[in-house]
Amino acid sequence: MSSQFEPRIVGFLCNWCSYSGADLAGTSRVKYPPNIDIIRVMCSGRVDPQFVIRAFEKGADGVLVCGCHPGDCHYAEGNYKAARRIPLLKKMLSQMGIEEGRLRLEWVSASEGERFATVVKDMTEQVRKLGPFRHNGGGTNG
Amino acid sequence: MAKPKMALYWAASCGGCDVAVLDTNEKILDIANLVDIVFWPIALDFKYHHVEAMADKSIDLCLFNGAVRNSEQEKIARLLRNKSNVMIAFGSCACFGGIPGLANLTDRAGILQTVYLEAPSNSNEQKTVPLTQTRVAEGELELPELFDTVLTVEQVVPVEYFLPGCPPPVDLILKLVDLYATGKLPPPGAVVASDKTCCDECDRIKEDKKITRIVRPHEIISDPKKCFLEQGIICCGPATRGGCGMRCVKANMPCRGCFGPPPGVIDQGAKMLSALASIYQVNDEEGVNRLINEVLDPVGTFYRFGLPDSMLKRKRLHKA
Repeated sequence: MSSQFEPRIVGFLCNWCSYSGADLAGTSRVKYPPNIDIIRVMCSGRVDPQFVIRAFEKGADGVLVCGCHPGDCHYAEGNYKAARRIPLLKKMLSQMGIEEGRLRLEWVSASEGERFATVVKDMTEQVRKLGPFRHNGGGTNG
Repeated sequence: MAKPKMALYWAASCGGCDVAVLDTNEKILDIANLVDIVFWPIALDFKYHHVEAMADKSIDLCLFNGAVRNSEQEKIARLLRNKSNVMIAFGSCACFGGIPGLANLTDRAGILQTVYLEAPSNSNEQKTVPLTQTRVAEGELELPELFDTVLTVEQVVPVEYFLPGCPPPVDLILKLVDLYATGKLPPPGAVVASDKTCCDECDRIKEDKKITRIVRPHEIISDPKKCFLEQGIICCGPATRGGCGMRCVKANMPCRGCFGPPPGVIDQGAKMLSALASIYQVNDEEGVNRLINEVLDPVGTFYRFGLPDSMLKRKRLHKA
């Protein structure tokens, strides 16, 4: 048994493109690391920054948000909202000492099973390098 | 029947909350008629040992203002909790950490380094920093220990009610006293303020919340009748509890968020970030980069009064 660190990544995938993309990866038997726990949301625009912070607070080592490619959103512009929120959230989290590589936004369409697998592989390795996320709250006083 | 006993205390705060109690003007006499004030360091000469000598639960109402960031404040919070029947987190610092809570972006070592050794106006050749114990010719001197992390009062002791505001508005203070006097206090855990958002209560003209540029208040001459956000000025009203009486907005300053998260919101800063990103009308990468550059200090803007109360509570400490 190797004792390398296995990161735990929470993936918020939009129902219309990215979740189907992940499904395609599964039905096509594309191999990708089992480090991701997928949560299906209706749209990447539904991903409240509170969800991302909650995932970190509950012990996730990384958070992946996937949505439809720009222009393809089922709800016309939900993914554009994600495209603005996630980078701004990254800036805020970096002020809180959370590395940028722990949060990632990717566009994955329903036909991109291979791409989804690549993204998960890539992110798993990236987070593995960053090591376990310990928020390690309060220092001397909880 | 003896009058109910009231205690007031200040921990990590500026004193503004105590002044807010005095701002009740002539109504302070009503308060004084209604209750006996048994402890109020800023105004009356009672000592800690007077409180220690009281029987447990002998204080009826305790208004505790300020966050908790050193060992003395923690000790007095516990002491007053034991002696009080009803304890109220009074003001934004007590409720959410307040402005002192922004110290959670650093830690004790960092604070002492900046304040005592690096500040350009300092002349500290002996590199003196405060110590909890100091030996002098006359004996040993003690100072409270500064914590790494600023805490809300509720993170230290259980609290019955929250009265937010920086400082709490006079009408809410009087409402609280009235609720107490008439025995109509809400169930414990309640926030004595509105259940709507600040934005909801604001009477500025709101049309279409779409912006393409964020400006700081001094960069434009803003229209005092129009929504701040629609003019590109960051206003935390959408992610802030109402009940404040719009003091800032009426003075032509945007909401900074001192009333904390509205009902149903756990993390005020995350919500405000989300709202601001939603109304910023750019879809290309260059535009997104502009948005990120225009929000100069996301933590300081979105968690100005609430970093210790947020989900992450503080910046990560890389300590064992």
